[in-house]
Amino acid sequence: MSEIKTNSGPLVQVERVEKVFHRGSEDIHVLTDLNLQVPAGEFLALMGPSGSGKTTLLNLIGGLDRPTNGAVAVAGERLEQLPDRALAAWRARHVGFVFQLYNLMPVLTAERNVELPLLLTHLSRAERQKHVETALAMVGLSHRAKHYPRTLSGGEQQRVGIARGIVTDPTLLLCDEPTGDLDRKAGDEILNLLQSLNREHGKTIIMVTHDPHASVRAARTLHLDKGQLSNGEVK
Amino acid sequence: MKFLHLIWSNLRRKKLRTSLTLLSIIVAFVLFGLLSAIQQALVGGVALAGADRLIVREKVSIINLLPVSYEARMDRIPGVDFSTHQTWFGGVYQDPKNFFMQNPVEPEKFLKMHPEIILPPDEEKAWLATRTGAIVGRRTAERFHWKIGDKVPIQSTIWTQPDGSQTWTFDIVGIYDGKDKGTDTTPMFFRYDYFDEARQQWGKGKVGWYTIRIKDPSQAAEVAKRVDAEFENSPAETKTEPEGAFIQGWASQLGNIVFIVAAILSAVFFTILLVTGNTMAQAVRERTGELGVLKAIGFSNGQVVALVLAESCLLTVIGGAVGLGLARAITPVVAQNLAGLLPMFFLPTRDLFIGLGLSIALGFVTGIFPALQAMRLRVADALRRM
Repeated sequence: MSEIKTNSGPLVQVERVEKVFHRGSEDIHVLTDLNLQVPAGEFLALMGPSGSGKTTLLNLIGGLDRPTNGAVAVAGERLEQLPDRALAAWRARHVGFVFQLYNLMPVLTAERNVELPLLLTHLSRAERQKHVETALAMVGLSHRAKHYPRTLSGGEQQRVGIARGIVTDPTLLLCDEPTGDLDRKAGDEILNLLQSLNREHGKTIIMVTHDPHASVRAARTLHLDKGQLSNGEVK
Repeated sequence: MKFLHLIWSNLRRKKLRTSLTLLSIIVAFVLFGLLSAIQQALVGGVALAGADRLIVREKVSIINLLPVSYEARMDRIPGVDFSTHQTWFGGVYQDPKNFFMQNPVEPEKFLKMHPEIILPPDEEKAWLATRTGAIVGRRTAERFHWKIGDKVPIQSTIWTQPDGSQTWTFDIVGIYDGKDKGTDTTPMFFRYDYFDEARQQWGKGKVGWYTIRIKDPSQAAEVAKRVDAEFENSPAETKTEPEGAFIQGWASQLGNIVFIVAAILSAVFFTILLVTGNTMAQAVRERTGELGVLKAIGFSNGQVVALVLAESCLLTVIGGAVGLGLARAITPVVAQNLAGLLPMFFLPTRDLFIGLGLSIALGFVTGIFPALQAMRLRVADALRRM
């Protein structure tokens, strides 16, 4: 049994987590006896080679998947104990996701994409619009609000993705290779934005990357290999 | 309502595919509307038939006539309130294509028997006072631009006058309306006494069929038996049945209309089910990654199911509404050309609502499997398929 204490301690607490995928008769151990603590307000980079389990760990912290064993708690909430419906509601309230391929809805304009998480709240249309405008202003894309994703550059699409991730003012921002599909200049802009969100707005950010250039922007970098974290390097 | 924009945007994603599917649904519902109108025209009268009215016809065939003397005997049968008769005249106005029903009747008894025929009192009085007088329904009066005071020649295909002429001239003394929309206002009725006197010897003293008003509708079967027993072993035996069954039997001469309509519609809707189902299945399959994103940002499984179902229902309801609207617009035009053959050809409001209900059901059935497929998606797997 996990001994995580709720409602106190670090914002993210991963304890003795194991994740096993089943492929036919084969068991693939992606994460093994993994422990991690992330304090509130930290910008953490998770690095590691392909298949090391970075995205799997991010998915567990974001409540997108459940551990085979062990416990994951965010802000005192034991995620593996939440039923599906409650977990979805928890994600809506507490987590913002930023994906490598932006994952925007091509049929919606930038502002309607950003609005999506707000559709799950009780905000009025006017209130939602105000939040959307604020989020787009924070990522510097107010002037592109009415544009469809296909008319935006990769960097702009990723900024829309970030605006969507922060529009509900989540507890935690989880970024999976946010610069992985961008050129260096656009990638730098995104990293600047994430740094600014962390430093100026106190957002707790966990970023998966395999790019050392990106990881140096984080306050702490942890390496994941063969399902286990190596000692973190504190800057 | 706040999700409507998202649902609508998803429908517009593949405009050609959505348009073609929509077109298929529209065609299906136009067909539904037109077939409903045909069914209404042929068997709609069954619902409007008086529960307290029986029809008495010659046992072998309605084309065989019954003696007019039966009327007095029928009125004496226990359970019968009163009876009256009609005879098929089979005339046309000016041209064979201008066919509509005209029957000689006993005016007072006829109007008493059919309260669904609304005739102003002064026109009723004029009819009783004019031997050659006829009353005509509003639709036929408007069709031929007839008005009160007109003399109209009707060419009978059956009945000849003593001078050998088949042209009968009637004075229009009244134009009647129906009590409700289902009442047929195409027939013309004229006086039996004039008809019986003016026709050649053949058929004199004979009538086509009787309508009986019974005192207690729950006794209909017993009264019908008594009527038929009364004329058993006579030269003209009778077959008595409720008015609804009589109308149904009349329509059944063309086959089982309800079955034929149901069979055609089943085939059409089964095809539409496959077409729309395929559209929705493809739409969901193409959007696996996007559905994963929705779930990642907090949409619950139930909300994802509702989104997919709402999308398929919106598609079928739009198609259904447009199709039914078109059918509603087309039927009066078709009805004008079929006035003689199918006088009651119209799309009843009841069938519009049935059609709308059907469109919702179609949306639900075609959407439910893709929706369940979307619900079962694991977020992490779905995100990998962006």
